[in-house]
Amino acid sequence: MRDLYARFGGGLATIFLSLVLVWLAAMVLAPNLMMIDYALRPNLPPAQIGGPQDLWSADNFLYLANEGVHRAIFFKTVWASALVAAVTLVVCYPIAFWMAQRATPGQLSIALMLVIIPFFINEVLRTLAWFILLAYRGPLNAVLQGIGLIDAPIRWQGDGGVLAGMVYAYILFMLLPIYNAIESLDKSQIEAARDLGSPTWRTHWRIVIPHAKAGIATGCVFTFMLAAGSYVAPALLGSPGSRWFTEIIYNWFFEGGDWNRGAAYALTLLVLCLAVVLVTLRVFRVNLTDVAK
Amino acid sequence: MSHSVELDGIGMRFGRTQAVSGVSFTVQPGEFFSILGPSGCGKTTILRMIAGFIQPTEGRVLIGDRDMAGLGPNQRPTAMIFQSLALFPLMPVWENIAFGLEARGMGRAERRKRADDLLHLIALEGYGDRMPGELSGGQRQRVAIARALAVEPGVLLLDEPLSALDLKLRQHMRAELRSLQKRTGVTFIYITHDQSEALAMSDRVAVMSAGVLQQTATPRQLYDNPATPFVARFVGETNAIAGRVSAVGDGMARVDTALGPLHGRAQGAVAIGQAATLYVRPEALMPGVGANTLRARVGRMDFEGAFALIHGQFADGAALTAAVPSTRLADAPAPGTDASFSFAPEHAVVLADA
Repeated sequence: MRDLYARFGGGLATIFLSLVLVWLAAMVLAPNLMMIDYALRPNLPPAQIGGPQDLWSADNFLYLANEGVHRAIFFKTVWASALVAAVTLVVCYPIAFWMAQRATPGQLSIALMLVIIPFFINEVLRTLAWFILLAYRGPLNAVLQGIGLIDAPIRWQGDGGVLAGMVYAYILFMLLPIYNAIESLDKSQIEAARDLGSPTWRTHWRIVIPHAKAGIATGCVFTFMLAAGSYVAPALLGSPGSRWFTEIIYNWFFEGGDWNRGAAYALTLLVLCLAVVLVTLRVFRVNLTDVAK
Repeated sequence: MSHSVELDGIGMRFGRTQAVSGVSFTVQPGEFFSILGPSGCGKTTILRMIAGFIQPTEGRVLIGDRDMAGLGPNQRPTAMIFQSLALFPLMPVWENIAFGLEARGMGRAERRKRADDLLHLIALEGYGDRMPGELSGGQRQRVAIARALAVEPGVLLLDEPLSALDLKLRQHMRAELRSLQKRTGVTFIYITHDQSEALAMSDRVAVMSAGVLQQTATPRQLYDNPATPFVARFVGETNAIAGRVSAVGDGMARVDTALGPLHGRAQGAVAIGQAATLYVRPEALMPGVGANTLRARVGRMDFEGAFALIHGQFADGAALTAAVPSTRLADAPAPGTDASFSFAPEHAVVLADA
């Protein structure tokens, strides 16, 4: 704060600060407070809003707790998001390690280009590409049938399709933090471990992963949050059996016309995600400030 | 326990650059052997070939008479101490020291015991549970040595490990390394660009320049009998006086220079008529007239305590450095005057120009 004043002088610094405060109040605080308010009130016809029946209660939350199908989808969304984060980590860690420690500068720039260029395209279109690839009469089934691996086309859409689409969509959010973390590891540490007789897996387990812990936690938190809040991938690549909790929230808002219940559902998801993230950071002994970096 | 190391004509080519070519030498078991050279001379490449981080493109590396071709660093009886030390910052000191034992599957209690023994050896008892970041530079140095010794290597490879320390600590660590080597009997191969370090610590020194081995000898031989002009100039201070050989005989040679005919010991092949240079150490040049007398103008005098360094210029423009013991400062010429210096022929070396 003092740095800000020292650098920009009183006037400009005050403007910056008030802009940030206005932004936080209008864009972050107000919508969330409104959402809490909505979630606690019953869904009433317009004429009765503000009337004697418009009282705060936990009814909308209790509805979720008692509705078996929604509850199951809610918990499935949470663990499936964790699975997405885990699979993305498994995919990204070797790539990040190779990019940070092994690749020549030329290879590195090509690799970075390959992972970043797809992100120039909108997420919906990228997911649509997967929709086409995984289609029942699509290229993937055609290739697999062509080389004789399968006799009949496979229906990829559903849990598998959603997982593939999400892992692909969020690769960058996992790859870059881990790459950054491993990149700062002194090469001679890896060499020293090797020189002392350590096999590759132990060098990773004892030297590289502890060093990259903050980056790994950051990537997992990002990916988990994005997956839990994802709508496009489950909507396009899912099947009726793989519904995502966000789809139910969407339905309450835009098809059920019950914003109050939708708000209660959204709030529940938000609170649970925050809890998962904070517990994860605690378990990995990483600070929020490390993640912010 | 300690192993010999034999390099048999090894060379290393990175793309189009030949970093090392045709280097052969044999290090005896239990020897303190240094590889000395300016930066970029290929000494670190040689060390990395011995450690197994890179495979030589020519020649063989034999450790304890076993050919090491195709073996990685974790399969060789060597341990390396890195220039950056490469301690693991997230592990306490004792786990650092025991890391190699952990990789060999030793149980935790035994590892801890071995680490404590090694901490005793390096006089850091009770530091096992500290983190490397909490130690001073010299202490970290010793932990790195203990970590390398923990795996009981036959050969310890040291890549300029003292370069990050200040002078006082560096001198202290030199003595400590030397005594540690004597106590453990492990073969040490030590890389340095600091010639006084190499001379003070080593049993033998290999001097490298531009990827080529110049000379392998004891520090005394290197200093007194340099085999090449590079060694004569790189190891220690010297006065170089260029000329042409006019007489050779009995191991001595006469060189006709712009300062007159001078006599010195002939080193290697020296023939009459050849362009050659006479090298004489500053401490061999004494004020006064003698067998080989040189005239020079005295510039400045740096008093260093045990001796004073006289800097000046010979009549042909070459630089003069003479070291006069403090006890004989009364004989030293005053700055700004022309004076005579002389040296005994057996204290000068004549080498054919390359």
